[in-house]
Amino acid sequence: MSVLNKHAVLERHSILLTVAILIAVAIGGIVELVPNFYLKSTIEEVEGMRPYTPLELAGRNVYIREGCYTCHSQQIRTLRDEVERYGHYSLAAESMYDHPFQWGSKRTGPDLARVGGKYSDDWHRDHLIDPRSVVPASIMPAYPFLAEKELDLRLVASDLKANAAIGVPYDDQMIENARADLLAQLDPFSAGADGLRERYGDVAMRDFDGDPSRATELDALIAYLQMLGTLVDFSLYDNQADVNLR
Amino acid sequence: MTHAQAAKRFSWDEGGIIALLGLTTLFCLFIVAKTHDSAFAFHGWLGLIASIGGIFAVVNGYQNRKGEQPEEVGGLPNYQMGPVKLGTFFSVFWGIAGFAAGLYIALQLAFPALNLDLPWTTFGRLRPLHTSAVIFAFGGNVLIATSLYVVQRTCRARTAGGLWPWFVVWGYNFFIVIAATGYLLGITQSKEYAEPEWYADLWLTVVWVAYLLVFLGTIWKRKEPHIYVANWFYLAFIVTIAMLHIVNNLTLPISLTEPKSYIVWSGVQDAMTQWWYGHNAVGFFLTAGFLAIMYYFIPKRAERPVYSYRLSIVHFWSLIFIYIWAGPHHLHYTAVPQWAQTLGMTFSIMLWMPSWGGMINGLMTLSGAWDKLRTDPVLRMLVVSVAFYGMSTFEGPLMSVRAVNSLSHYTDWTIGHVHSGALGWVGYISFGALYCLVPWLWNKRELYSLKLVAWHFWISTIGIVLYITSMWVSGIMQGLMWRAYTRLGFLEYSFIETVEAMEPFYVIRALGGALFLIGALIMAYNLWMTVRVGEEAEEPAATPALQPAE
Amino acid sequence: MYESMAQFAQTFGLVYFFLIFAAAVVYALWPSNRKRFDAAAEIPLREE
Repeated sequence: MSVLNKHAVLERHSILLTVAILIAVAIGGIVELVPNFYLKSTIEEVEGMRPYTPLELAGRNVYIREGCYTCHSQQIRTLRDEVERYGHYSLAAESMYDHPFQWGSKRTGPDLARVGGKYSDDWHRDHLIDPRSVVPASIMPAYPFLAEKELDLRLVASDLKANAAIGVPYDDQMIENARADLLAQLDPFSAGADGLRERYGDVAMRDFDGDPSRATELDALIAYLQMLGTLVDFSLYDNQADVNLR
Repeated sequence: MTHAQAAKRFSWDEGGIIALLGLTTLFCLFIVAKTHDSAFAFHGWLGLIASIGGIFAVVNGYQNRKGEQPEEVGGLPNYQMGPVKLGTFFSVFWGIAGFAAGLYIALQLAFPALNLDLPWTTFGRLRPLHTSAVIFAFGGNVLIATSLYVVQRTCRARTAGGLWPWFVVWGYNFFIVIAATGYLLGITQSKEYAEPEWYADLWLTVVWVAYLLVFLGTIWKRKEPHIYVANWFYLAFIVTIAMLHIVNNLTLPISLTEPKSYIVWSGVQDAMTQWWYGHNAVGFFLTAGFLAIMYYFIPKRAERPVYSYRLSIVHFWSLIFIYIWAGPHHLHYTAVPQWAQTLGMTFSIMLWMPSWGGMINGLMTLSGAWDKLRTDPVLRMLVVSVAFYGMSTFEGPLMSVRAVNSLSHYTDWTIGHVHSGALGWVGYISFGALYCLVPWLWNKRELYSLKLVAWHFWISTIGIVLYITSMWVSGIMQGLMWRAYTRLGFLEYSFIETVEAMEPFYVIRALGGALFLIGALIMAYNLWMTVRVGEEAEEPAATPALQPAE
Repeated sequence: MYESMAQFAQTFGLVYFFLIFAAAVVYALWPSNRKRFDAAAEIPLREE
């Protein structure tokens, strides 16, 4: 009986009740979340992952700002039709530098995890400015203002710095040259192009929005879209290897 | 407490609020002076105006008040209903704003020209506006208003903390304004249902701690030895939302003078954290909190005690323990480890039992009084909300099964499921509670018109049915089209063909949403007229006439 | 280390949670508690 009366104590003591509630709701979270941080099998080992270039990161921030994730997923599930429609299923490693993740939860439009390289820059430019000019049945909003808006270059280095502080492997060189690297990616013949290649490897360098005179938000967004899903070299990835079976 | 007329001093609550608002003022001044971001500066100005206005209101209240608010008047608790009234008003206001935003974005999907080619009117920015407006602005105000009402009535004590309940309601609604205007201006961290940036999150944390302390403080003052079960659900809602909010919003701002921040979690871990948060925003905001409303308002309106208080105890503990595990069912077949997906699915299916236990408890409260459903449309609304709760908590576990989820995920089926819960359960239980609360708070005998309540009920029920059936059809159809193969083994439909197929259903869905909005407008008119011309209750039994200095 | 912890959690966790659940049910249904619960259920209806 004495044990049974313990609950009566809870019913009368609000602090105990609060603590009991906290314990009850903490267990599930701890069991499900914590192991993901230290189990090696959570994130596969792959070749090719690198942090975003400053231009891609700026494009990613436009993607986030415009709420693209409300209609586009970036997560190809391990289902036959998805793999055939979009490409190899998404690996955990492919979003390891994503703060925050952009997997999305709804496909009003198609998945974008591997959209990189599927369409030309011109197509992306036309499609973003007026989606129905290239896909007549599209219900996507038009984003003509992105072509008009120049990139805000003030904060490029701070963006990299904040990412570095939470674990993305940007080194001092990258942070120091963030702004130059961003501009260099828009012009493969510029003086900074070699530095960008040295720091990030073989990245796509060109003017993305068809207007070489300016660095616009459209440039950044297309640069981001064109690299999505292109980093991991799947010819070197063995999805049947023990370490990758999850 | 004594009626201290002579010695009038600044009380602790007045001083505390002024100090807090003073700090806010300084922070906002710093923002306004230093930031290069015009949207952030706009928020700085809003904060400056609001905090200075708040300080002015507190000082003004101090000068006008005669003494201190007594705890009891004539042997009855001197309930503080001002903040409850304010929260009730905001509930109706934001409800209509949020439903209208939902209708607009539903129309955008059918008629994309409505995006207007402007940055602040695209679907991508308006969709978070809609979800936050209905969940946090409408639902949140309903929860705050009803919780402050219920905790006082069931503890037979005035709210603790003097003016702090006022701070909670105003502060929470200020958060809503910052969040909503931020979305339109492109300030978002893109975590679904947690889009506001770091400074709005910090402010909400302050408000939430105040809310928890006011709620607990009122329980500490109670005259009733037992803490009524509705208060347990409110407490679980407040405590768990605090935990979820803090963990899911751990971000690093790029600078104190910029709105942008980066979340500390990345990739898989961020996905797990996000949906642990996201699903439990449903579990603890939209379920536990509104179950508290069920456990108070249905017995009250039906004038009989809850069917089984014992069941409510089992219901409570099993619900809160199991719910928290269900998040990973949002991530089936993704890069999240399979063991986590399996755990999430298992617990989601187990969740069916406490959910239906609660539903039975709510419905059976009417046993022996079913005839009231015929005569009282408010009770009908409350009971139908519980029926919708049962339906969507049956559908939810079904959709969490991996095989079903492979079809339903990423489609409108999910949207339909959410809305059967949101419109049917959360909407109706809130409307029922508001229809009860307004006459009680403003000391009226009855609502202005029960007939209008019946109209509201039927119009919005037709709206809900149109909404969820169209989304079932479009969602299942799109899921099947995505995976359809030709006889030669090729994918049968291109993506855009599946988009084209959706259009008629998007129109029907918008029609359903329009009916739901019309119903809410009828409610707003009815409540407004109740306050304005409703017949006074004979004896102020429901609420003591004496109100705090407002 | 992880393996053994996971093993333990997966087996005894089930037993442990089931026992807690059983205790909650027994408590709620214990005959002598009935009167207290019935009184608690009346709280919203007793007006002052």
